[in-house]
Amino acid sequence: MSGVANVRAQALRCEGLQRYLGQDEARVHVLRGVSFEAERGQVYAIVGPSGCGKSTLLYLLGLLDKPDGGEIAIDGRPMSAIGDEERTAARCRHIGFVFQFHFLMPEFTALENVMMPMRKLGRLTPAQMVDRARSLLASVGLEEKTRRLATQLSGGEQQRVAVARALANEPTIILADEPTGNLDVRNSNLVFDLLTRLAKENGQAVVLVTHNPDIAKACDHVRPMRDGLFVS
Amino acid sequence: MLSPNFIIALRFLTAKRRAMAMSLSCIVLGVGLFIVTQATTSGFEDYFIKTILGTNGAIRVEDKIQRTMRSIAAGRWGSLFEIEEKDGPKYIEGIDNPKQLIRGLRQFPNVSGISEVLTGSVAIRSSFKSDSAKAYGIHVVDHLKVSDLGSQIVDGSLADFRSMPAGALIGRELANRLQLAVGDSFELIYGGESHRYHVAAIYETGVSDIDRVRVYLHMSQARALLKKVNGASFLQIGLKDKDRAPEDAEHMQTVLQYRVRAWQDREKTWLGVFKALRISSAITVSVFTLIAGLAMFNTLAMIVMEKTKEIAILRSMGYTQKDISHIFLWQAGIVLAIGATLGVLVGATITFAVSRVPLNITGIFKTTTFIVSWSIWHYVAAVVTAVVMVMVASLVPARRAARLEPGDVIRGTGQ
Repeated sequence: MSGVANVRAQALRCEGLQRYLGQDEARVHVLRGVSFEAERGQVYAIVGPSGCGKSTLLYLLGLLDKPDGGEIAIDGRPMSAIGDEERTAARCRHIGFVFQFHFLMPEFTALENVMMPMRKLGRLTPAQMVDRARSLLASVGLEEKTRRLATQLSGGEQQRVAVARALANEPTIILADEPTGNLDVRNSNLVFDLLTRLAKENGQAVVLVTHNPDIAKACDHVRPMRDGLFVS
Repeated sequence: MLSPNFIIALRFLTAKRRAMAMSLSCIVLGVGLFIVTQATTSGFEDYFIKTILGTNGAIRVEDKIQRTMRSIAAGRWGSLFEIEEKDGPKYIEGIDNPKQLIRGLRQFPNVSGISEVLTGSVAIRSSFKSDSAKAYGIHVVDHLKVSDLGSQIVDGSLADFRSMPAGALIGRELANRLQLAVGDSFELIYGGESHRYHVAAIYETGVSDIDRVRVYLHMSQARALLKKVNGASFLQIGLKDKDRAPEDAEHMQTVLQYRVRAWQDREKTWLGVFKALRISSAITVSVFTLIAGLAMFNTLAMIVMEKTKEIAILRSMGYTQKDISHIFLWQAGIVLAIGATLGVLVGATITFAVSRVPLNITGIFKTTTFIVSWSIWHYVAAVVTAVVMVMVASLVPARRAARLEPGDVIRGTGQ
């Protein structure tokens, strides 16, 4: 019984992930057999020096990149051997990303940016999409700025829109690559609190890469990395 | 509901407004000029065809074909044996039994009219001067069915010609040279004998070779002048479907054993010139469309380079490679649709304006303005050319965008 519950709680699992980057003499063994698990409702911080393989691991877990070896499973389903179409569909349904540099679409309003993953998934009607996007923007404190273009928002506001967008399709996992790395302390705390509170409320696993020790300390689990492997 | 790819494409277009405007103007120019050049070259070609059909008819049955045989010796010198073999066909000038031939020709379903014509070279003499001419004996009712002679009258009337037994229709250039006007008399001289006629009407076809030599007479008058009591020089045939003339001519020649020539065969030199002009102008003007394609390639390639992060984020959200490719093809498609619509409007407007430009041409036809042809196919060809060039040029940047690896772009190693 507990085994079944454990499988249900387990959102993400990877085993023995290997990844090389670069070619010929510049080829570097970035991940050397990394294994990792993330459960719903838990927040994981991956920390470590620059170049240790944190972001590479995050992109592999987010199916943005393909591993050279090892296995990734999302919601118990193996993902390493599937094709690009299936990996893209899995990203759409199961994964929400928050990046350091926000990466909002500058030609679109805050509301439209949040609606973009929903439009692709096509699970809701246009009216439902607008309602959900408004409610997500309200939950990150931007209900007054839904019609603003991304370029008309401050850095902190843009990152809050990015958090709302990551939550748009109610993904199983939120992957955040230094989500507060480009923000001041106040905004940094605000974004982190939002991300963890909303993810916990919705039972989503959050995996974030950070250099900020205060942020890492506030997470449920901290996994230090060095030279392509988790240490301790 | 609009597709998300279309919505994104529409917004991305605004990212490179100037470059897109450049591509758009090239498409407008390419489509518009393609239509104008096709309309003018086809206009002159169509008018030339109308003129030749209105003067010399769709088909002419001319000379009788005589199959000949020849004998050659079977062996070397002094052989007693000879072998007969087919020699090349010989043409016997004129038609000896036109009535019988006309009966046979009426069996062809595409034939709309047949006119028996008797011709002969004559001398013409007015009170002003003498010249050479060619007498054409016709049955006017029959000839009106195979030509536009009725509408080519510029002075006098056909009714006068019909009511005057010694009346004649004379070409404008010939009338001017001999200083003849309607009602004047003149003489035609053949075989040393002179016959007097009256100018019933003056016609103008616009074809110099006709207007300066042809004198139409009633058939009975022509027979008396040319001393031919029966037979004809040729039969001029009108067709319901002029484009079927070559097939009909071939069939008629096989069945009737007379030399039969379709208008496409008779006028192939000029038709070839028009065709070459039409193709060369289409090629020249297609350069604009080619530039439009290159401009679109350039603009989309720039957008792909500038939007790599947006492409990566779209991919991270679940947009497939096909979606990304479609977003860029949609951009090309939107600009193309606007450009082609404006190009068609510009082309139609310029074509209309050109048709009002005064231009005096006589020689192979007569016109006082630019002649244009209004054909839906010019518009279709212009739009298809633009679609092919622009969409082919857009495929490369669209595929490049689709192939961007989101992980590489976000990591900062992708381009």
